[in-house]
Amino acid sequence: MEHTISVIVENKAGVLTRVSGLFSRRGYNIKSLAVGETDVPGISRMTIVVNGDEKTIEQVEKQLYKLIDVIKVIHLTDEEFVERELVLIKLNVSKSTRTEILQVVDIFRSKVIDMNVNSFVIEATGTTSKISALEKALQPYGIQEIVRTGMIALSRGAKKSKGVSIK
Amino acid sequence: MKITGARAVIKALEDNNIKYIYGYPGGAVTPLYDELLNTDIEHILVREEQSAAHAASGHSRTSDTVGVCLATSGPGATNLVTGIATAFMDSVPLIAITGQVSTSMVGTDAFQEVDITGITLPIVKHSYLVKDASEIPQIFANAFHIANTGRKGPVLIDIPKDIQLTSFEYVEPTKPKLMGYNPNYYPNIKQVARIKKILEKSKKPLLLIGGGAVYSKCFKELEELFEKVNAPILTTLMGKSAINNNLENYFGMLGLHGTAASNYAINQCDLILSLGARFDDRATMLTDNFAKNATIVHVDIDPAELGKNITTHYPVVSDIKNFLDEFNPIIEKLDYSNWINDIKKLDEKYPMKYNKENINPPMVIDRLCNLTKGEAYICTEVGQHQMFAAQFYKFSKPDRFVTSGGLGTMGYGLPAAIGVAKANPDATVINICGDGSLQMNFAEIATALEQNLPIKLFLFNNSSLNLVRQLQYFGSNKRYSGIEFTCNPDFCKLVKSYPNTEAYRIDDISQIDDVINKALNNGKFTLVEVNTQTTEIVYPVASARLGVKKLDYFDGEEILY
Ligand SMILES: Cc1ncc(C[n+]2csc(CCOP(=O)(O)OP(=O)(O)O)c2C)c(N)n1
Repeated sequence: MEHTISVIVENKAGVLTRVSGLFSRRGYNIKSLAVGETDVPGISRMTIVVNGDEKTIEQVEKQLYKLIDVIKVIHLTDEEFVERELVLIKLNVSKSTRTEILQVVDIFRSKVIDMNVNSFVIEATGTTSKISALEKALQPYGIQEIVRTGMIALSRGAKKSKGVSIK
Repeated sequence: MKITGARAVIKALEDNNIKYIYGYPGGAVTPLYDELLNTDIEHILVREEQSAAHAASGHSRTSDTVGVCLATSGPGATNLVTGIATAFMDSVPLIAITGQVSTSMVGTDAFQEVDITGITLPIVKHSYLVKDASEIPQIFANAFHIANTGRKGPVLIDIPKDIQLTSFEYVEPTKPKLMGYNPNYYPNIKQVARIKKILEKSKKPLLLIGGGAVYSKCFKELEELFEKVNAPILTTLMGKSAINNNLENYFGMLGLHGTAASNYAINQCDLILSLGARFDDRATMLTDNFAKNATIVHVDIDPAELGKNITTHYPVVSDIKNFLDEFNPIIEKLDYSNWINDIKKLDEKYPMKYNKENINPPMVIDRLCNLTKGEAYICTEVGQHQMFAAQFYKFSKPDRFVTSGGLGTMGYGLPAAIGVAKANPDATVINICGDGSLQMNFAEIATALEQNLPIKLFLFNNSSLNLVRQLQYFGSNKRYSGIEFTCNPDFCKLVKSYPNTEAYRIDDISQIDDVINKALNNGKFTLVEVNTQTTEIVYPVASARLGVKKLDYFDGEEILY
């Protein structure tokens, strides 16, 4: 099963290595990892998507907590949460395919953010399944390059995730 | 007050009551070595950096202070790695200081540069690369706090040379405040009450004591527990040193080379109260078969250990002493005599034994234990001799067994003994070793002599890596490979070649007591060499495949539980 966890960390040198090293060393496969600063200076949030059974995830969480720079581990899969990923797709276009592609872009509520005679760069945000569907829809036209940010996620509702108070 | 980075390091050590630092100099730490001339902290120059870490580890384990080791950048730092990993696996608090090339050169593959924080990432509790001299006081305050609290462990501090030389305005460090680090030392009271009930309901409980109990220094509290709960007591290898091994209900070590009685008890019990044991695979063997009928109560200071290797029914995150402080007062006297007698019978049928005809390691260790009243500090290397020491030396005082349990590091014993002897100047310090292990770090004999440490080496010489031979005997159909030493030195002559040493050889059973007594009383660094057979095997051997369900007890005699 896929689990999404948020890891709140002090933004210290090497913290990303410590976190990712912990996964690789124990043979846990990271499916996606995204990092960025939070509203509190010096504190970052990592969103990690990882596959594993309950027992594995419990170990992952406990091992993460053992890292000195880790402040909080939130298992989002335990609560309601929203998730998004950003993707950029560079695509071949020709006169004959241009309109069709624009239709696809429209249907997926994505955007063309760069164009020239024979290529587009398309931007889209959404859940993993939406992005995969878009990718599939664009495949026939010839994808040149693709880049995904990895999943980011937050719990739903007004309250902060359980126990997160870092200010 | 302006001070240099190097002075700040030494000051931090002074402020943390450090009296000794084990190290080896080099270009990247010359400012620190210079500062060492201005302090009362004594530097102990070892012969190789690995030993500095092991010595600091021995010191740490048998004293109230954290062990500190120091090495230069590059090869000095990498030589520390085995020592740091050894400390990590055994949860030994340790501060490892390494020099680093100057900040402007970091990352350029400069002469003697290695990314030691990167290399040691999986084997430290935490590490720092100092980027600004003014950070030093706080980094050290944090490092000591991290190393010596919660589940203890090594912390590495890597300090570029220019930073050691930089002056800055000294500011007293504040009490460590680490946002993400708040180890929990106290048990949940409701859970403690629940465990009391579980124990009262149990018909066949057993008390399993691990290394965590040693670090928690709860000897007295454990005795109180044993007095109240008359149940069988077992220990892991690391737990031996947490209790008096002569207790009537103590049935020895469990696991791979554990006693028949303790492995039987594990199979038959209906409750394990585990205090500071982490259910290492040497203790549990194949976990599918481990304590199948038992409810497992697991008390450990590290939450990540609970449920890691085996399913825990009642997890408790706590320091063992704090747990017992809550638990002991609420339990009534509980008596499980029938269950104990059951195990005793088995213990009588299958005691730990050795051949009484020919001289062998267990026989000598048994005598050594007798003549030292089980009170000596026993360090070991790794091999058969280590297992024999664990089986036959019965510790009557806590905190006396210094062995590399988690990593199983050959070459640990002699340098560790140096640290133990430094920390406990009046104690008898013995290193039980094999010829393989001793040769890994035997240059440290010189360090011991320089420091006037009358350490006693008990060398069981079989000119072979005999524990590996034993593995090949059982596992590779007696196809022996890469285990024989054909050019061993005359160890007695070797030791005697250093000034002011003694060396004895025991060839005959009749000499054992006499030689041991001489060795213990001569006040000198001493080697006692016992030539032993390669045919020696550590019995019992539990079958790894079957967990502890089947034991090769002695010379092919099998026990199936
Ligand atoms: C540094 C290191 N290298 C290799 C091993 C693997 N190993 C475990 S026991 C052993 C043999 C030990 O031989 P010796 O010290 O002579 O002791 P004996 O078993 O003969 O008593 C070896 C090679 C180890 N534990 N540590």
